[in-house]
Amino acid sequence: MLPKDRNKSTLMKWWKLLLASKTGSFGIGIVLLVALTALFAPALAPHDASEVNLAAASLPPVWLDGGQSEHFLGTDRLGRDLLSRIIYGSQISLLVGISSVLVAGFIGIPIGLISGYYGGWIDSVFMRIVDANIAIPVILIALFILGFFNPSLFMFILVVGIATWYTYARVVRSEVLSLKEREYVKAAKSIGVKDYMIFLRHLLPNVTSSIIVISTLSVATTIMVESSLSFLGLGPSAITWGALLSDGREYLATSWWIATFPGIAITITVLGIILLGDWLRDVLDPQSQGSARS
Amino acid sequence: MNEKAILQVNQLKTHFLTIHGTVPSVDDVSFTVQKGEKVAIVGESGSGKSVTSLSIMRLLSEAGKIVHGSIHFEGLNLVEASEKEMQRIRGNEISMIFQEPLSSLNPVMTIGKQITESILMHQKIGKAKAKQQTIELLTKVGIPRAENVFSSYPHLLSGGMRQRVMIAMALSCQPKLLIADEPTTALDVTIQKQILNIVRELSERDGVAILFITHDLGVVAEIADRVIVMYAGQVVEQGDIFTLFDRALHPYTKALLNSTPKLDFTQEELMPIEGTVPPPTAMPTGCRFFDRCKYAAEDCKKEPELVEVSQGHQVRCWLINKENAKTVHV
Amino acid sequence: MTYFLKKIAQIVPVLLIISFVVFVFVNVSGDPVVLMLPENASNEEIQAMQEAMGLNKPVIVQYGIFLLNVIQGEFGQSFIYKQEALPIVLERLPATFELMTAAIIISIIIAIPLGVLSAIKKNSALDLFISGSSVLGKAMPNFWLGLMLVLLFSVYFQLFPVSGRGSLAHLILPAITTGTAMAAEITRMLRSKMLDVLHQDYMRTARSKGLSRFSVIYRHGLRNSLLPVITLIAINVSTLVGGALVTEVVFAWPGIGQLVISAVHARDMAVVQACMFVIALLVIGANLIADLLYRVVDPRITYK
Repeated sequence: MLPKDRNKSTLMKWWKLLLASKTGSFGIGIVLLVALTALFAPALAPHDASEVNLAAASLPPVWLDGGQSEHFLGTDRLGRDLLSRIIYGSQISLLVGISSVLVAGFIGIPIGLISGYYGGWIDSVFMRIVDANIAIPVILIALFILGFFNPSLFMFILVVGIATWYTYARVVRSEVLSLKEREYVKAAKSIGVKDYMIFLRHLLPNVTSSIIVISTLSVATTIMVESSLSFLGLGPSAITWGALLSDGREYLATSWWIATFPGIAITITVLGIILLGDWLRDVLDPQSQGSARS
Repeated sequence: MNEKAILQVNQLKTHFLTIHGTVPSVDDVSFTVQKGEKVAIVGESGSGKSVTSLSIMRLLSEAGKIVHGSIHFEGLNLVEASEKEMQRIRGNEISMIFQEPLSSLNPVMTIGKQITESILMHQKIGKAKAKQQTIELLTKVGIPRAENVFSSYPHLLSGGMRQRVMIAMALSCQPKLLIADEPTTALDVTIQKQILNIVRELSERDGVAILFITHDLGVVAEIADRVIVMYAGQVVEQGDIFTLFDRALHPYTKALLNSTPKLDFTQEELMPIEGTVPPPTAMPTGCRFFDRCKYAAEDCKKEPELVEVSQGHQVRCWLINKENAKTVHV
Repeated sequence: MTYFLKKIAQIVPVLLIISFVVFVFVNVSGDPVVLMLPENASNEEIQAMQEAMGLNKPVIVQYGIFLLNVIQGEFGQSFIYKQEALPIVLERLPATFELMTAAIIISIIIAIPLGVLSAIKKNSALDLFISGSSVLGKAMPNFWLGLMLVLLFSVYFQLFPVSGRGSLAHLILPAITTGTAMAAEITRMLRSKMLDVLHQDYMRTARSKGLSRFSVIYRHGLRNSLLPVITLIAINVSTLVGGALVTEVVFAWPGIGQLVISAVHARDMAVVQACMFVIALLVIGANLIADLLYRVVDPRITYK
């Protein structure tokens, strides 16, 4: 009974905190909307995303002259339904966005823990690697690696994760630097608790808040990187928002909607994630402002 | 209006808007400062003494508002003065020095620039002349190697030097009134004494009136001609320095005196005042010192008024024989 | 001075790491010679290249040779341009540098009044609007923003050229496109810093001297709140360059971005590598300048 009650009251507390913030609830609303769209894309999309219909080519959105109600946002050169393509596009964006962040966290969190806890030359080596990583724009790192390999979806996720891990490493490291001076960590160390137990018991739980905040905001970054690469023609699929946008580029003067709406989809999604991330930061970690610099 | 008065504060009420509602920080405060006179306002934190001084300068934060009363400076009511008039007066006719000399100086501007800025604004002189004046001022407040200090930054100076810089800045346009808000609190005792001497000497030489805000009666004894004791937003006693130190009447003033070490060490024991100033949100209806007063009686649940007991000596307390006194306020 | 020597000494390992990672990728991904030569290269050509690169020697020696070449600026031949890779990249550098500088300047020009205004008018409708716009500015992908600007100002109003480089008119849209995200970032930072600065004692002192509210904010507040902005720009230079690379493609801006992307498509890895090093040096250089600037502007920091 008890733990369940406590869970319920924690949930209530979060719910109240969320309702108290307009931007926070707006953000989470958008994120839920996009996530549900991606999950139920086949049910929601009025057409198949790659269904070609030359008879309905280059139709404008429904509210303009010549628009047809079955193609709400219009069609592209081959008569493919833009709304359906945008709905399906959400799948890749979210999948890449979230998976890359997991990859980045998987690399970055342990490095941050080790670097901060042991210090010394290990720390120096890792921090120089971080410096090296930062010296080259994420996009360029991804371009470089993708230049060697064919961009499969898996490869793509890995590449974006590898290009963005350093955020975790830096933030976790700087938190561990102060955590390891705390009494309970020193005490645990003095009675001979094994290092990996100190990591798991004392350090990791105390950096969870930061990790949640970074993870959320990193999804916004990775979605941005994914769509940029897709726009540059190096994406994992033809049906991503960036690729759709790239398709529409040539027809900007005649069929402006093809490039416009996928961009709005990216903007809204990223906006929702940023608002959610900012809210989480305010709630979880009121002191911090912006990214920590080591 | 009194001709010798330079500043007349009359029934001043300053309120603050907070999330807990409106808070009366200064409640019906009146006093006068004569030309060249050195007046000290004494009180604990929360007594409203700093708010009073910021009200005079019209430098309250956005939440603060003067809701009643007048502040006459040389005939001009500062409460109703335009922002433009205030800008002409600030730093020129009335200037102010603050408690924390380090945080009160801009960290990224040289000392010289911060002082000349004030001079150039109020006087029609060139930059070279202003620089020369600034260096003279710095020398006058006892800063060695004034030329070097002119081009250095605040963080490089000691606390005492910084406060001297603040004084030089405040005196740069020969003000008629200097408001000093706890200028020595953040300094150690020997430096305190030097700063007090500088303030006193300069004011006596140039005839600058001083309104000195402090919680420290020791400082009051060093500098003031007259003392105003504030408690919980009100004046509870005022009089000249000798009357106040020898014949204090209000229990709060007495308690303050007993809690301050005397310079001649004649005192046997220091008596701290029990309790704290009531929060403005929960002000008692009667005498505001009621909860902490040793002599509190049934009568004290009614609000006492400020009454004059002898020439220039006023007290707000029921213990004082009402028949011998006449009410000051109408 | 020793501080900067130390800073510069820190760059060396960074460049070593970059060169090592590049070396590993070039070697792990298969025979680099095949990658560096066009697909129809003859056997003799391949052999000559292999010997030139020392591929028959131990790995560590190979890395040594690679490193020496990198230090001398030799990244190999571009098979598309049929010449050394580095000069091709350096030729494109001014265009990218111009775009980057313009973007930083524009973002500062936009962000300073907005950040200050929203701090002064905290919680007003104006503040809400500015804060909202700055989140939006961060959320918009720059390539989309670029296309929308082209649609509006080039196609519809015909105010600016669609693409290319040359006049100031050519520069405006690409610079806005690249600078918007940074402007959003600076606005947010400046707002929170200014809110902090507004409550500082020295602001009250400045008012007590008789300065107007505007002068107090402009002369005393802004300089103090701009200090962290320098750091912010330094942190974001890498992202800014990344954005510039993409913007170049949108506007057919003849800089490194266009070059590197066409090189990646064509697998002209010599050019890609040269671009990596040039951009890394650009970012590191920008950070050094920011560091120097910070020390000049903030007198509290002394050289250690």
